[in-house]
Amino acid sequence: MIIKTTSTVLLNEPVAENIYRIELLSPEISAVSKPGQFINVKVSENFDPLLRRPFSIYNIIEDRIQIIFNIVGKATKILSNIKIGEKIDIIGPLGNGFNVDGDFNTALIVAGGLGIAPFPFLTKILKEKGKNIISFVGARTKSQLVLDGLVNVNIATDDGSYGYRGTVVELFKSNINDNYSTSKVFGCGPTPMLKALIDLCDKLNLDCEVSVETPMACGTGLCQGCAVKTKDERYKLACKDGPIFNSKDILL
Amino acid sequence: MIKTEVTIGKLKLKNPVLVASGTFGYGDELIGIVDINKLGGIVTKSLTLKPKLGNPPPRIVETPCGMLNSIGLANIGVDKFINEKLPILKNFDTAIIVNIAAKRIEDYCEIIKRLEDTEGISAYEINISCPNVKEGGLEFGTNLEMTRQIVNATRKITDKTLIIKLTPNVTRISEFAKVCKEEGADAVSLINTIVGMAIDIKTRKPKISTITGGLSGPAIKPIALAKVFEVFQNVDIPIIGIGGITTWEDAIEFMIAGAKAIQVGTANFIDPSTPLQIISGLVKYCEENKVEDINEIVGSIIVESLPH
Repeated sequence: MIIKTTSTVLLNEPVAENIYRIELLSPEISAVSKPGQFINVKVSENFDPLLRRPFSIYNIIEDRIQIIFNIVGKATKILSNIKIGEKIDIIGPLGNGFNVDGDFNTALIVAGGLGIAPFPFLTKILKEKGKNIISFVGARTKSQLVLDGLVNVNIATDDGSYGYRGTVVELFKSNINDNYSTSKVFGCGPTPMLKALIDLCDKLNLDCEVSVETPMACGTGLCQGCAVKTKDERYKLACKDGPIFNSKDILL
Repeated sequence: MIKTEVTIGKLKLKNPVLVASGTFGYGDELIGIVDINKLGGIVTKSLTLKPKLGNPPPRIVETPCGMLNSIGLANIGVDKFINEKLPILKNFDTAIIVNIAAKRIEDYCEIIKRLEDTEGISAYEINISCPNVKEGGLEFGTNLEMTRQIVNATRKITDKTLIIKLTPNVTRISEFAKVCKEEGADAVSLINTIVGMAIDIKTRKPKISTITGGLSGPAIKPIALAKVFEVFQNVDIPIIGIGGITTWEDAIEFMIAGAKAIQVGTANFIDPSTPLQIISGLVKYCEENKVEDINEIVGSIIVESLPH
């Protein structure tokens, strides 16, 4: 069930350097969303930016949806300036969501940069299911870390300003012990980071789901724009078949 | 009560608003979200003889007031369409126009032959203008002789309404429309996307995998309008206007320039209910301007001198 609705902005606040969190009132979408799904946001009534922008659902708090973003271009700049009480046109929930029903005991969350976006919601649902959770979060520098809603967090920064100096996948690798047979990895972040994570999980034969990011227009499968290559040399759509894929299925 | 019906060849449309190929899937994706019965018609995603995987990513990028795409005709193929999609589509009270793409004239004909044996199809739109596949597509649509042969061959095997979708990537689009008329096409639809490009200045690589792609969206609307007007002035053939139509005002503009019907494309990606809003807007415009029959608007442009 895809819902198109006009939601009211309840909160728009900076949470780290250049990073904002928006909270939207949408009882309909909140009621049916799963971790890993996204909403497609119409940022402006004008033709530039033209297309909607997809954002992972950062968290659902009762009838409210939260998203998080850093200012990277025109659309996110406009979003960062939206005032409380304004209305935004959103479509959601879109995509497949993480599979949280497997028989794993421990969830290993690995997030690079704004790749933390889907994980507070995932963490909440995993906690309800009684799973152990260990999180690994990487950022360029300390001021860009966002840790709200995460648990058991291990931190890496590229510049060493906080925690481990290096990438989050290196940190993850150095922490993983022999006891991971009943674990499942959930990854999200920039494509090079996901590639490294997928390689590692392949080597260790670790079950791993990743949330991919691709250019996207409609978010509903109409435009076929968000193709992701699969290991059998076909394509899947990030918007409909994903954005969550098992690491064994895709080629990034 | 405003008369909104328009006729294109044998095709009677309840209103002149269609959805453009490749922007509405096979029509069934939006069941429950958009009231499909209200549409003038659906133009399906391009069908090829065999299923096509499409081009490697990245396939799309946004550009000012528009987007570039290079999907590469990803589609399920004509047989799967007949078996899986048509049974759903034919239940709707709207015209089903099947868009066809091929790399050989024989393949265009073979696809039509397979579709002729089915029920529920109202018309064919022949795509000779896809800018993103190596064979066929643009190679056909920019060559007058090839265009002539394709229209001639496809006309021979169907009595259904035959629409030829033209590319703007030519010097004189009206010459192509003229050939379509001479060979018996019922209508032309224009424009397909305009070849365009975008480069990432950090990596110095093209932003889509095929280097160039097809530009669509509001950015191309003035170009599309000029092409529609050029064909309207020079060739006596029904025109379906396409190119950046996002509002009912845009649709009226195209109709004034000579389009008998219009297609909504990229705007569906932002809001799939755009076509329905356009239909309401058209009716309201007619009411306010004392237009009893929407056909009165078609080609009603007032010009004091012709363009150069």
